Amino acid sequence: MDKPVNNRAWFLVLPVLALVAFSAILPLMTVVNYSLQDTFGNNQFFWAGLEWFEEVIHSDRIRAALGRQIIFSATILAIEIPLGIFIALNMPKKGVWASFCLVVMALPLLIPWNVVGTIWQVFGRVDIGLLGYTLTKLGVSYNYVNDPVAAWITIIVMDVWHWTSLVALLCYAGLQSIPDAYYQAARIDQASRWKVFRYIELPKMQGVLLIAVLLRFMDSFMIYTEPFVLTGGGPGNATTFLSIDLVKMAVGQFDLGPAAAFSLIYFLVILLISFVFYTVMTKEGEAL
Amino acid sequence: MTRITLENLAHSYLPNPSKDDDWALKPMDMVWQDGGAYALLGSSGCGKSTLLNIISGLLVPSQGRILFGERDVTALPTLERNIAQVFQFPVVYDTMSVRDNLAFPLKNRGLPADQIAARVAEVAEMIGMSATLDRRARGLTADAKQKISLGRGMVRQDVNAILFDEPLTVIDPHMKWELRTQLKDLHRRFGHTMIYVTHDQTEALTFADQVVVMYDGRVVQAGTPQALFEAPEHTFVGYFIGSPGMNLLEARIEGATAHVAGARITLAQGYGPLDGRTQIGIRPEFLRLGTGDEGLPFTIRRIEDVGHHRIVRGQVDGTEVNVVVPESQPLPADADRVVPDPAHLHVYRDDWRVDPARRERAA
Amino acid sequence: MSLELRGITKSVGGRVQIHPTDLTLQPGSMNVLLGPTLAGKTTLMRLMAGLDKPTAGRVIWNGADVTDQRVQDRKVAMVYQQFINYPSMSVRDNIASPLRLMGVPRDEIDRRVHETAEMMRLTPMLDRRPLELSGGQQQRCALARALVKGAGLVLLDEPLANLDYKLREELRAEIPRIFEESGAIFVYATTEPEEALLLGGHTATLWEGRVTQFGPTPAVYRAPQDATTARVFSDPPMNFTTVTLAAGRAGIHAAQWEAGGLADGDYVAGFRPAHLSLSETPGAVPLSAILDTTEITGARTFLHLRHGPDRWVGLVDGVHRRDHGQQLTVWLDPAHVYLFTTDGRLARTAPYAAAA
Repeated sequence: MDKPVNNRAWFLVLPVLALVAFSAILPLMTVVNYSLQDTFGNNQFFWAGLEWFEEVIHSDRIRAALGRQIIFSATILAIEIPLGIFIALNMPKKGVWASFCLVVMALPLLIPWNVVGTIWQVFGRVDIGLLGYTLTKLGVSYNYVNDPVAAWITIIVMDVWHWTSLVALLCYAGLQSIPDAYYQAARIDQASRWKVFRYIELPKMQGVLLIAVLLRFMDSFMIYTEPFVLTGGGPGNATTFLSIDLVKMAVGQFDLGPAAAFSLIYFLVILLISFVFYTVMTKEGEAL
Repeated sequence: MTRITLENLAHSYLPNPSKDDDWALKPMDMVWQDGGAYALLGSSGCGKSTLLNIISGLLVPSQGRILFGERDVTALPTLERNIAQVFQFPVVYDTMSVRDNLAFPLKNRGLPADQIAARVAEVAEMIGMSATLDRRARGLTADAKQKISLGRGMVRQDVNAILFDEPLTVIDPHMKWELRTQLKDLHRRFGHTMIYVTHDQTEALTFADQVVVMYDGRVVQAGTPQALFEAPEHTFVGYFIGSPGMNLLEARIEGATAHVAGARITLAQGYGPLDGRTQIGIRPEFLRLGTGDEGLPFTIRRIEDVGHHRIVRGQVDGTEVNVVVPESQPLPADADRVVPDPAHLHVYRDDWRVDPARRERAA
Repeated sequence: MSLELRGITKSVGGRVQIHPTDLTLQPGSMNVLLGPTLAGKTTLMRLMAGLDKPTAGRVIWNGADVTDQRVQDRKVAMVYQQFINYPSMSVRDNIASPLRLMGVPRDEIDRRVHETAEMMRLTPMLDRRPLELSGGQQQRCALARALVKGAGLVLLDEPLANLDYKLREELRAEIPRIFEESGAIFVYATTEPEEALLLGGHTATLWEGRVTQFGPTPAVYRAPQDATTARVFSDPPMNFTTVTLAAGRAGIHAAQWEAGGLADGDYVAGFRPAHLSLSETPGAVPLSAILDTTEITGARTFLHLRHGPDRWVGLVDGVHRRDHGQQLTVWLDPAHVYLFTTDGRLARTAPYAAAA
């Protein structure tokens, strides 16, 4: 529906435009700028063309980080989405317990990311942490500081603990919007629990699931704070994900050019994969 | 297919009902014959949906029993009652094709594929959707979706009853005609017991052989459309059935004479002494406009031309009274009286109809 | 105050929603937009209100072109099918809200709120919240909010569709009174012919984005200018059948009558269900049909008939029980028959309507 046009309204948008230009577009352009040049400090720049991009693309170290990143994101999506749906399906629909569950579910989402890292860092410590100490006493070999498998498991469990709530809450909202008549009709049609899920709940949750998958994918693909606090990317490079690697490159080694090129590629990869998710899921929705 | 019996059935949403008002559904007895077409008619909040939910098993009544045939199903869940239900808003499985939607209740019951296919084809033919069987249900119009819901209700042949909960709410007037006629037709062809809940008198009267009028949690009258129109047992029925409803005037009854608004009206029968609030009721269709000193004094306020008749709205001694005049009859220009037809005039005491004949029989 | 639409059209994404429309609404008139769902009633109303901009054409309000004016600057009020009130405010505050936005002085607000509440019979409920009211009262509250502004144009989009049948009947009888008291131009959209007739005033019939006819309601009802208008303005639907005219006489099989002044050839005869009769009336011709179903409403009986390829509905007084599937003779007075050309234009109006 088009409304009568009044161009003066655009003036009201100007402050926001200025803010966005200053906070988003300028830094991005700076990054583009850096990615095409070489510098030795002192504000001296040399044209480098696409050299940094080639270097980044051919770097084994970055390829390895990208591999780890994809495995990580795929794993947490594979766990959090079904688990979130499962929790949402089993939450009470109304009454005091519904409110109680909502509050409990929201709790992990309220904790700052670095605190989440710290909590698990302490929790998993073999000497004083409840988890690490107990496991060790039970004879399980667990030490995330020097065992890559333990480090991975800890980070994944931490992420699931932190973010499954988000998926569950989104799905819960989707489920709440289904009119009661659908469930009554299904009972009368003698539909099994699985069919109710497959033909009523899942189609009605499709919209929120898309949002959940996109949010969780983008967030997990950019994960930095928690593993940085927990493992610092170790042991060795076992948990060095893309953003940790990027920071190492930019701040630790001060390789500004490659880091800028890396950032741009990183950004494009996220955009591309998000787009793929979006297309596939909306298509699938039609086909469901 | 089964006879449905309600025995001393009542329901309250409160844990310990004490007052009359606490009951959403006041104690009632009723028998619905196998293969009948019934309507539950009333305004919102009258208890008709509560009753429907008790029959479908979504609600367990606070007291009384409900029998399907000889079997007590009061505590049985919906699934075991073997009923079908069509809801107010279309319930379709969006992601399935029309065909799968119709086949769904049969597939769930494990019928052989060839039987399912035959039955689905038959139902699709009935609801006029044979050509769209392979379309996805999503994106169809509300009309079409509601037709699918109706079809899913019809598809099982072994059901005890089919319940309709205001199924034509979202349908256009012209389409309502078509769907209602189809329902009638289906009822005649398959003889299912059908219970139809609605607030729309036209739908109730045209659909059902027996209409149950509910008011304030109570059944005020159950009868044929004709009985409800000609002899409303309660003033609410008089008001609720007919457009406009029955005219009611405060009256003093003396034998076969009613004293109304300073005038006398001769009644068809004599009445014994009546205490309480007495009123006479007459439908707008049975009032005639007149002049001089016949009937009752009447002042015309407004005339509405409704096509095949006119509604003359006015007052008798401060009470609103409507008269219906057929299209073919001229309106007397100087009409200042209304004349009731004694054969269709009823006397009400405290809102319930007084039947002198019955009193004689009883005596 | 008058509203004029000059050559208004509206298309969205290449699809025409409203075909070129000219319409003049007289000062203080009641105008009904009658048509089935998706005929364009709501779209036309949104154009009148200024919520949408027409693709072409002008909207003239009191002689001034307001096509480009924002809806906030026009004096319009709109009531929707859903009862839209502020749930957390009392009825009093709900009614007062448009006046507060306009910056009307406090005592003036009080006065106008009371006046409107009185008119809408809401005075006893002023301190309640909308959700504590019945559906009819909620819609009255929404109506009151629309009327309190003193808007010159009040648009009502199927305002009674979500109400119970009986409540609808009561409010419908009240709307003409409210309209007379307000003095504004009312535009009222409905799908039901009976509602249009009860409201009176003027009616515009809509079909697939076109206004097919506009005029005084009884005139449009009795003298439709084409078959589409006749169909839209009949509930139950008008009955149609093909007739052949030869030597000035129209005939449906054996039933023949004089239809002077028309060229010979094929025509479509249309007549309303209430004009079929089960008994012979003076001047009526007999028609043979098969009875499919009867529906009894207490006072009247609907007959669903088949006449060759045509499906007819008859509405007769009294209760008639007949066996289904039987051959039946129904009587039709040619005075009630409209003749349309085969492409749907009116060839000869029903003589009874011409006489009225």
